Amino acid sequence: MTDEVLAVDVRNLQKSYGRFQALKDVSFSVRTGEVYGLIGPNGAGKTTTLRVLATLLRISAGSVRIFGIDIEAHPEDARKVISYLPEEAGAYKNLTGRQYLEFIARFFAHGDAEQAMVARGLEVVHLEDRIDDKVETYSKGMMRRLLVGRALMTNPRLAILDELTSGLDVINAQQIRRIVKERAAAGTTFLVSSHNMLEVELLCDRIALVHDGVIVEIGTPADLKAKHHANNIEEVFMAVAA
Amino acid sequence: MTALTNIIRKELKELLTPSVILPVIIMALLFGSMGTAIGDLAQQAQAKPTIGVVPMDQGVLGNVSLQVLEAGANVAYNGTSMDDALQAADANGGIAVLYMPTNFTASILGGDRGQIEIYWIMRGAGIFDSISSNSLEALLGGVSQAISRYLIGTGTSVPANVVLIPTDRMDTTYYKGVVMAGVSPSVLGNMLMSQSTFVPVIIMMIVLMAGSMVVTSMGMEKENKTLETLLTLPVGRGSIVAGKLIASALVGLLMAAIYMVGFGYYIGGLSSSAPVNLADFGLTLTSLDYVLLGISVFAALFAALALCMVLGTFAKNYKAAQTLTMPITFLAMVPMFMTMFWDYSTLPPAAQAIVFAIPFSHPMMAMRSLMFKDYLFVLAGIGYSLAFALVMILIAVWIFRTDRLLTGRLTKGAAGSKPRKGIWRFVNRLGR
Repeated sequence: MTDEVLAVDVRNLQKSYGRFQALKDVSFSVRTGEVYGLIGPNGAGKTTTLRVLATLLRISAGSVRIFGIDIEAHPEDARKVISYLPEEAGAYKNLTGRQYLEFIARFFAHGDAEQAMVARGLEVVHLEDRIDDKVETYSKGMMRRLLVGRALMTNPRLAILDELTSGLDVINAQQIRRIVKERAAAGTTFLVSSHNMLEVELLCDRIALVHDGVIVEIGTPADLKAKHHANNIEEVFMAVAA
Repeated sequence: MTALTNIIRKELKELLTPSVILPVIIMALLFGSMGTAIGDLAQQAQAKPTIGVVPMDQGVLGNVSLQVLEAGANVAYNGTSMDDALQAADANGGIAVLYMPTNFTASILGGDRGQIEIYWIMRGAGIFDSISSNSLEALLGGVSQAISRYLIGTGTSVPANVVLIPTDRMDTTYYKGVVMAGVSPSVLGNMLMSQSTFVPVIIMMIVLMAGSMVVTSMGMEKENKTLETLLTLPVGRGSIVAGKLIASALVGLLMAAIYMVGFGYYIGGLSSSAPVNLADFGLTLTSLDYVLLGISVFAALFAALALCMVLGTFAKNYKAAQTLTMPITFLAMVPMFMTMFWDYSTLPPAAQAIVFAIPFSHPMMAMRSLMFKDYLFVLAGIGYSLAFALVMILIAVWIFRTDRLLTGRLTKGAAGSKPRKGIWRFVNRLGR
């Protein structure tokens, strides 16, 4: 461990819903500028982990620090440096795409900075003249692009993206992945979860395999493939899950 | 199982939810309790009223009248002092004192109608409060009939119009410390009812509409999947709660203002055609009274919205949100009916406690209280409503700070803990 402040530092994280223990003992860390992926079967605990880091769920035990901020003690401070994109997200249907971006931007900036933020969002959203249409008229793909634009326009220090390209076609998905890579190179840290193993392999610097509320493997895609003698991450996943 | 029965079973399971059944049961209970109350009132109407009598006239018709009154009423006082008569009647739950002047018999036999002065002790202005005065009205009819029978039986030369209607009455009503000469309880009750029944209906409608907005807003946030994003933005939970409440309160107040304009015309129309002018007895609202009424409406509205915000956190979607307005509907209907049918002061203590505890009751009762300058009651209502709203806001903020909004359950969160029971479990079920 270096003296560098980790973007994410999760230690012995536990999360229970009543009697059900969704996260039993999760520990991992993410370095600044890294694209870190969580993969695992349905119900493994990926989304719960992301929701805890997004300050939506309280911690049952353990600790989570984001850029040194204890999210349980200071969730408001953590929210200033993160941006969260849920797997199933929506926007206010009575607003236009532009109005939605402006609504979100006003929580982070004012005046010229707000306009600049919206402009950044518009570049990612890339909806052309449809941006001034009501959100309720958008297709699933258009909605996802709007939400990805919303998540990235604030230049968060940590972007938490649950199923980043869910609902996007191949071309749009590739564009979004390229944007994530560019932002990561510029210093933004990404924590993503995905069922798309190819996407994970293409996008992530390191991967954690989550299974039954615990992390069973951590490594770079190349290391994991080598360790499990696999040709791709899907084979790694199958080997670990089995 | 056939395909048809399979579909029927599925449909019944979806339709027969607590949210569908409970309102029907509650309405049945409401109507049942109203039926019981009406039955009690029917018995009350048949019971003898308690009165005081001051028969200054010792003539034959005075005695005839007294015999009828003693036969048909419980006479708490029979003497010559009006003050004592009023005190005795009041102390014994009486409803009026009848004063017959010394010239009562002489007037009738001389061809003029005899005056009966009725001093009403009015205890409430609700629809059901007027039952006891109706029984005395019937008894007064009996007095006139007895006098008519006597006049016809003795073959006096009294003009026919006097024989048929031998008495005139002069009403004076005592109500909440105000003495109103020339006004009977029925006239006063009708006027107060016409003015003050409109306010409860307006309050109920505003509470339901504005409350529904808040609950629905929470349901829509979840249905449209916007809540998670909102909760991860750099904005305090208190600000989210306050923002939703203030916006809904502003819309609610706008609705109230529009209703109040219509209400102003309604009152103006009533005043111009009213048999008596209540302002002559000081029964009018000053500018301060209107300000207090407005504050009372605002406080109740805020309390309703805060309660709806708490309920809204249980709403999973738009449909569930609609269901969760049911408790608000019930809470708004109880004081509306109670204040319509009874005066707060004539309710039993338990019912008074229930009505006072429901914050929406206070603006419903405020207008009448302000008219009779009962400022303490109005201010107590405002204070209670604001305190209720504050507690609800704190609960809402607390829920916003827990996992409750996303997990859909109020659980302790620790491993091995059990889901909450009782009222939370019930509300959880409604919110599905």
